[in-house]
Amino acid sequence: MTSTAAAIAVSRFGLGPRPGELAAAGRDPVGWLKRQIQISALPLPALSGLPSGAQRMGDFLRARAQRGQPGQEALVRHSFRETFQQEASARLRVQIEGATPFRERLVTFWANHFTVSVQRPPVFGLAGAFEREAIRPHVFGRFADMLLAVVRHPAMLVYLDNGQSIGPNSTVGLRRGRGLNENLARELLELHTLGVEGGYTQSDVRELAKILTGWTMARAEEADAGSFRFVPQIHEPGGKTLLGRRFGHGGESDGREALTLMARHPATARHIATKLARHFIADQPPAAAVDRLARVFLEADGNLAALSEAIVEQPEAWSETLPKIRTPHEFVVAALRATEFNGPGETVLGALRTLGQPSFAAPSPSGWPDTAERWIGPEAVLRRAEWSMALGLRIAAIRSPERLFEETIAPVASRATALAVVRAPSASDAVATLFASPEFQRR
Amino acid sequence: MLSRRTLLGGIGSGTLLAPFGASFALANAPTDRRLVIVILRGALDGLAAVPPYADPEYRRIRGTLALPENDGILDLNGRFGLHPALAPLQALYSVGEMTALHAVATPYRSRSHFDAQDILENGVTGARERKDGWLNRALGLMGGERLGLAVGQSVPLILRGEMPVASWAPPEMPAADIDFLSRLAALYAHDAVLGPALDQGLRAQAMADDALGDPREGQGRMSGERMYGRAPRSQPLSKTAQAVGRLLAARDGARVAVMELGGWDTHANQGALTGQLNNRLRDLGEGLAALKPALGQAWRRTAVAVVTEFGRTVAVNGTNGTDHGTGAAAFLLGGAITGGRVIAHWPGLGAHQLYEGRDLAPTLDLRSVMKALLIDHLGLPAGDVERIVFPGSREAAPLRDTLRV
Repeated sequence: MTSTAAAIAVSRFGLGPRPGELAAAGRDPVGWLKRQIQISALPLPALSGLPSGAQRMGDFLRARAQRGQPGQEALVRHSFRETFQQEASARLRVQIEGATPFRERLVTFWANHFTVSVQRPPVFGLAGAFEREAIRPHVFGRFADMLLAVVRHPAMLVYLDNGQSIGPNSTVGLRRGRGLNENLARELLELHTLGVEGGYTQSDVRELAKILTGWTMARAEEADAGSFRFVPQIHEPGGKTLLGRRFGHGGESDGREALTLMARHPATARHIATKLARHFIADQPPAAAVDRLARVFLEADGNLAALSEAIVEQPEAWSETLPKIRTPHEFVVAALRATEFNGPGETVLGALRTLGQPSFAAPSPSGWPDTAERWIGPEAVLRRAEWSMALGLRIAAIRSPERLFEETIAPVASRATALAVVRAPSASDAVATLFASPEFQRR
Repeated sequence: MLSRRTLLGGIGSGTLLAPFGASFALANAPTDRRLVIVILRGALDGLAAVPPYADPEYRRIRGTLALPENDGILDLNGRFGLHPALAPLQALYSVGEMTALHAVATPYRSRSHFDAQDILENGVTGARERKDGWLNRALGLMGGERLGLAVGQSVPLILRGEMPVASWAPPEMPAADIDFLSRLAALYAHDAVLGPALDQGLRAQAMADDALGDPREGQGRMSGERMYGRAPRSQPLSKTAQAVGRLLAARDGARVAVMELGGWDTHANQGALTGQLNNRLRDLGEGLAALKPALGQAWRRTAVAVVTEFGRTVAVNGTNGTDHGTGAAAFLLGGAITGGRVIAHWPGLGAHQLYEGRDLAPTLDLRSVMKALLIDHLGLPAGDVERIVFPGSREAAPLRDTLRV
């Protein structure tokens, strides 16, 4: 394989090369990627010792129950910010230092697919745990398992309100006059599974919301406050019909079956295939690749290891050299991998904010956009240029621009870019030119 | 004593990485002398900054870049003048606190920015020959902790070495300068996404600057500059200089500071009375002048050296700019120097007088100037300066009589 293929492997599929990575991938780029699927997950010390989502949710619920006692809520708010910083920092560390960047890219892809965002304040304390507990264990597992883990996680139950959704005819619903919240049900159908053109109806949304009533968290006074709990007293009784299928048992198993039905739906296969092709091939994903990936998704029954192998095997993924613009997060991580940044992740959070993609803060449940036109605007390119200059000033003293160039974009750089780096008026300017270059802004 | 709070007032957490931070373990300083080195990275055009307007070849060879004598060049001594954007330096010159030097160079004779800056800072004759800078070695001779101060997000080579130094960075993320953005625009020209976005961004900023009236903008603009004709958004040097001056003035603060300034690599549309170089020079002049009030009483014991890695071609190139050259201009400022002079063993601008037929021939070794500053100003032993700070520089004897001692 050519060195262009190595560059595609480490940048398009990985998170951008660390020194030596181009060479490591160069002998067999496809094999380099597939090995990351086959080997079991490496231990990640950066992620150990962080509090579980259920724990933090419990803290939140207890604080809320003591509302009126001065200081309680502020205390939790403060400690949630702290958790947020730790989690965001640890996650950046794994992305910057990790030796299995294809796996890490898929973690961020799926976490973005199942977005939770700090736009809902309790999520500050939960977003990191969500990624670690609901996404990470399943990136090479089954889609249905990931979906189930996502819907049961306190971060999602809070973010999309299902924790408060109550069957209007349930014991509690009748007594307190409360009712359904469709938020999670709608986003599950529209964003997480079938997709907006997946053929579901408003009635399906409503029926799914009913099916999922009772999926909430143990309450503040319970020992396992914050953990997932199916609460029959708020579950809507009676039969429901979702996507033409009749659910008659009532109870938690209906929800599990509904999620499995959605996970295996052909529209879901198509929706996921389209998003993957958009992420790894082009903003306008080629139809043939989408077809093939959708077929693999169905045939492998949502096995994400098989699907990940299939993405790597798509010829379209290797034909264009730099079709995708890096998101700000991808850009920053790639630059810090290239320069072997080993400072605390907290110090990077400000840069991500400045460049327009603060951690765990997607603007909506549909997550961060994955197309160039959503990311690249006049101010955005200026900010990227400025950050490149600032990084150049920091880095030029300790990293030679020539070596950085060789270790990053050399295989794909245009002659103009190569010359601009060499002829830059100072070492820091050379580094800045490299990072701001089209070849580094793309993957 | 100046508190860190006043000094860093209003500085939020860094937008890039952690602010490189002000680690001021303020020293009990062994000297009351102050030395500031200002490095102009990218190669300042010395013939634009200090025009040798009496040279018979000047007007012919500089062509469109030659400055008019009336309402243009500020006279220094009847032979050399200053670019009008450097008016604050003329004021210092007139009170004996500024000396212009011309046709100076390090021992380096090729034209690579990286290597030339390396040699300017490492104090020896080979690029990448040493990992420490001559000023750090000089700090070693002074004794005392953290007498050195790097202004910027990183410590430049000249200050790197065994002796720990403090650093301080202006608050904002440095704005990308116009020179960098223009080069980026060329790289983006064939990128359907990045190209148009950058183009619009630059236009939007030019409009904003017009509306807000950036004082650093020239009166008019050359046509080629119109599209990207905004002044750099970076903090003006005068603001940085105010902070640095106060830092150095503090009774037990740093004694030696290094400031760096980019944007001098004027290969295209350099401009004469107006334009990009004019804007950079104005920022430089105002910045250097701001040191005096900021240093207050300490100005009397201060020497400032303004240096660049090399000069630029004497003739104008094909894009109304100048390319990498050899002999350069430099400045000494401060209450401690014997100013009001131009020090130049002028080689002439005639075709046969140029270095390799294109550059101003160097006639003064920059190390001679630096050695004089270390020996006569900071009072370091001449033998140690020769042996430790600038090893192998015997042919560059200290330039005596530059300082009031």
